[in-house]
Amino acid sequence: MAPKTTAEVGGMGHAIKRKEDPRFIRGQGRYVDDITLPGMLYLDIVRSPYAHAKIKAIRTEQALKVPGVLAVITGETLAQYNLHWMPTLMSDTQMVLPTEKVMYQAQEVAGVIATSRYAAADGVDAVEVDYEPLPVVVDPFKALEPGAPVLRTDKKDKKDNRIFHWEVGDRAGTDRAFTEADVKVTQHIYLPRIHVASIETCGCVADFDRVRGKLTVYMTTQAPHAIRTVVALVAGHVGLSEEKIRIVSPDIGGGFGGKVPVYPGYVIAIAASVVTGHPVKWIEDRMENLQADSFARDYHIRAELAAKKDGTMTALRIKTVADHGYADAAANPSKFPAGLFSICTGSYGFKNAFAEVDGVYTNKPPGGIAYRCSFRVTEAVHTIERMADVLAQELKLDPADLRLKNFIPPEKFPYRSALGWEYDSGNYAGALKKAMEKIGYAQLRKEQAEKRKRGELMGIGISSFTEIVGAGPSKQFDILGIKMFDSCEIRVHPTGKATARFGTKSQGQGHETTYAQIVAEELGIPAAHVEVEEGDTDTAPYGLGTYASRSTPTAGAAGAMAARKIREKAKKIAAHLLEVGEEDLVWELGKFSVTGAPQKSKTIQEIAFAAYTNHPQGMEAGLEAVSYYDPPNLTFPFGSYICVVDIDRGTGEVKIRRFVAVDDCGNIINPMIVDGQIHGGLTMGMAPALLEEISYDENGNIQGGSFMDYLLPTAVETPKWETDKTVTPSPHHPLGAKGVGESATVGAPPAIVNAVVDALAHLGVRHIDIPITPEKVWRILKEKGVAE
Amino acid sequence: MIPAAFDYHAPESLSDALALLDQHGEDAKVLAGGMSLLPMLKIRLAQVGHLVDIGRIPGLEYAKEEGGFLKIGAATKEAALERSDLIRSKYPILLDTAAVIADPLVRNRATVGGNLAHGDPANDHPATMLALGASVVVRGPKGERAIPVDQFFRGLFTTALASNEILTEIRIPVPPARSGGAYLKLERKVGDFATAGAAAQVTLGAGGAIEKAGIGLTNAGPTPIKAVEAEKFLAGKRPDDQTLQEAGRLAARAASPSPDRRGAADYKREMARVLTVRALKAAIRRAGGPS
Repeated sequence: MAPKTTAEVGGMGHAIKRKEDPRFIRGQGRYVDDITLPGMLYLDIVRSPYAHAKIKAIRTEQALKVPGVLAVITGETLAQYNLHWMPTLMSDTQMVLPTEKVMYQAQEVAGVIATSRYAAADGVDAVEVDYEPLPVVVDPFKALEPGAPVLRTDKKDKKDNRIFHWEVGDRAGTDRAFTEADVKVTQHIYLPRIHVASIETCGCVADFDRVRGKLTVYMTTQAPHAIRTVVALVAGHVGLSEEKIRIVSPDIGGGFGGKVPVYPGYVIAIAASVVTGHPVKWIEDRMENLQADSFARDYHIRAELAAKKDGTMTALRIKTVADHGYADAAANPSKFPAGLFSICTGSYGFKNAFAEVDGVYTNKPPGGIAYRCSFRVTEAVHTIERMADVLAQELKLDPADLRLKNFIPPEKFPYRSALGWEYDSGNYAGALKKAMEKIGYAQLRKEQAEKRKRGELMGIGISSFTEIVGAGPSKQFDILGIKMFDSCEIRVHPTGKATARFGTKSQGQGHETTYAQIVAEELGIPAAHVEVEEGDTDTAPYGLGTYASRSTPTAGAAGAMAARKIREKAKKIAAHLLEVGEEDLVWELGKFSVTGAPQKSKTIQEIAFAAYTNHPQGMEAGLEAVSYYDPPNLTFPFGSYICVVDIDRGTGEVKIRRFVAVDDCGNIINPMIVDGQIHGGLTMGMAPALLEEISYDENGNIQGGSFMDYLLPTAVETPKWETDKTVTPSPHHPLGAKGVGESATVGAPPAIVNAVVDALAHLGVRHIDIPITPEKVWRILKEKGVAE
Repeated sequence: MIPAAFDYHAPESLSDALALLDQHGEDAKVLAGGMSLLPMLKIRLAQVGHLVDIGRIPGLEYAKEEGGFLKIGAATKEAALERSDLIRSKYPILLDTAAVIADPLVRNRATVGGNLAHGDPANDHPATMLALGASVVVRGPKGERAIPVDQFFRGLFTTALASNEILTEIRIPVPPARSGGAYLKLERKVGDFATAGAAAQVTLGAGGAIEKAGIGLTNAGPTPIKAVEAEKFLAGKRPDDQTLQEAGRLAARAASPSPDRRGAADYKREMARVLTVRALKAAIRRAGGPS
């Protein structure tokens, strides 16, 4: 679809260069750690070497003797202000600093405040803590066994380690469908713990002004406004009032969900600033970031699929154990403890489905969903896309044919899924067929057959995913009761330029560019003349932040709605200037003209000037508007990915030879930015499929707690991504757009796993858990007698 | 990731550096590229009182042929080795090795001497130097001595270097005609230490049989490993597939890898075998033998 605006205006569909890039490329970004304030102190954190231990004593004398060390803050210090525990978004609680026991390795034990980072680090080394080790629970299944040590002894009535049991769907109907099914397949799938490992770690500068009573926190957060409210609610009793709290998210170096939660470090820094009256900076190092911050996955899934002999899927049944660590601190604003896991019916027309999830406490860090995915969608997509292949293998059907047979057809949208979602729009077969054509699917199958005869291992894997993003409608989402709208305020200045402020916060998504393009599309003011601001709660309108691919579905929509309000007022001014009735005016790209007399027109710039100089009598001056957009539904982007792998029979290494990604995110604002999102997302999807994992030994010691063992892919490991698109607009979004930031992260892993399994399917392999390491593959090759 | 305090010395001559080492004894550590030492200090795995930076001492960065040896200055950067015309044209095994050490940023600072003197069996140069039959030249208060590389590695992070000695040069005998070598490394991702690595250097006789073979293994035990049995087995044999497979088996038998996040011991040993065979094949190809 050709853009409606000229390249000069740069509205939707133009691949204009990112407005934020000149400062990033020149090293002129301003991140939290770039902020230095007069008299600033530094916080460093003492962390637990044990996964579960009683704290017998914390001795600070030696630390306080280190030159430059001013104070050591412990749980006891915070307990004086009742700040040693804090609530989580999931109605659970977590420690800021412990007073009795630690619950995971690397847990915060004490904070050292010093005049320099170096002194703070030496102080941390000098704090002596006596621990009494307690029995460690790392396996969630063992945690559920009767007689397992109860971890949350702080909860008086808690007699076990179960956090929640949640179910969705028609259990009886699904059971019946299974009884009646021709074919049933079952598969256990484990999705391990992974970490977003954003390039910038977390941190803050907390600055409490004792004279004004105002707290300013420069903070690595994806949701500054929500954080302000949380701080006001958590620390209201010590005098922090919401109008006296300012949260600033400056440039953020990647978030991916890892910068939504409130971490203890932030709270300790704020407390330290309030107590000392000095600004206090806290910046995590890489190992702290990996070991203690919010993780994703840790889902133990048992999935069953029922079908007719011809491959028609009839029912899906899933039972999952979710390891949440010692607290349910997932930054999940949905009303469902397993987030949007119920999108697990995927792109297929199931009549019956049932899913149940048990959340479990273990001696691991809390978290659960932070990995560029909106609340358990990756788990859901991995399950259904794996199960589709398991079924195809069982029935000896081509996995592409099986998918095409079971897709929800385009004419069925909006589609009500068996688990209750209303899919807005989709054309799944269109995307898959385009991907098959682009990669040469039939030819690849021929090549594979020939290679198998020669003993060479090559596989082709498909993933036809359906995403669910844009949290979200208030019937399904809230944060502390606050509805999940998002916002935009546009001010058009006298010279026809605009400032637009949003309640979201870019962490690399390119909002300064795409939001400007939305305003350009709606008002005809060139994107170059629209300054986008986010992240300062003193100036931006209230919003819920950027995660879950929600910025375009919510704040982007608010941008369009605010612009349309401005257009309404502009119309009145134009009518006044042109001395005609409003009904005689037509809007075309950037100007109102008189019906039948197109030479009589006023541009948006002329109207803007008049709004301050010559507006109609009785009308207020100015040209600005604000919109708070509560989306009527989520958006459902989708796509089909096809991956081709070759396997080294000597080493077990998997090489991705080709990867075609056909995405559909509705109408596109900036194709270059969408491409960038897909490229980054695919790389971040490949990472857990082949490389990344955080695991724990039986004592709860973290494995993979540094970049030595947490394997982040680089350009060297990344194949050439071949991207393409189809466009199926969202019927309910004002711009027809959907979110796109997470599609590839969600869609890529099963395509890769399916390809590897496909390469080994003739040997009787049906499933491999991620990450698919060379060693795992080599063990299979050895077992099957085909290793080199 | 802030190290404990230390004193930093930047001597501008070898004799000053040696005097500092002599003065501070075990409390001092030589700093070359710092690519292994600094991370250990930063995560406080190691603490030292004095760092003696040899980076300002002139005359320690070169790669040249002289008197029947390829001589490499100990402070030569890996990146310089990668760019050297001499190395690129005549010593592809060294290019293979340098090119898989960590990543380009690290190679801009990391030194060949440091890669050996650190005594880490996971480093890549030791296996190659074992295959090439190299020696290292060290200077101490009593002057200079040469140590054959196969006597240099004593244990994990332990070498034949005394605390008051500095490694100054690596000497590799210039290989005769019809020689070739290759280094292969299996790593989980770029920048990782080897899951397994194998270096092979062969010289072919006039009749096409292997006259001499050198094989070194990376990360296959507490020290870099010279696969002596495999080397002996190959001498005088024609390089057919069966022979190379047997050499691979013998090399793997010399390995005693420890399990870690890179893999279990049996996997690593098998990878030593697979890579040895592949490295031998590449070496023979480069020596002008049958491919």
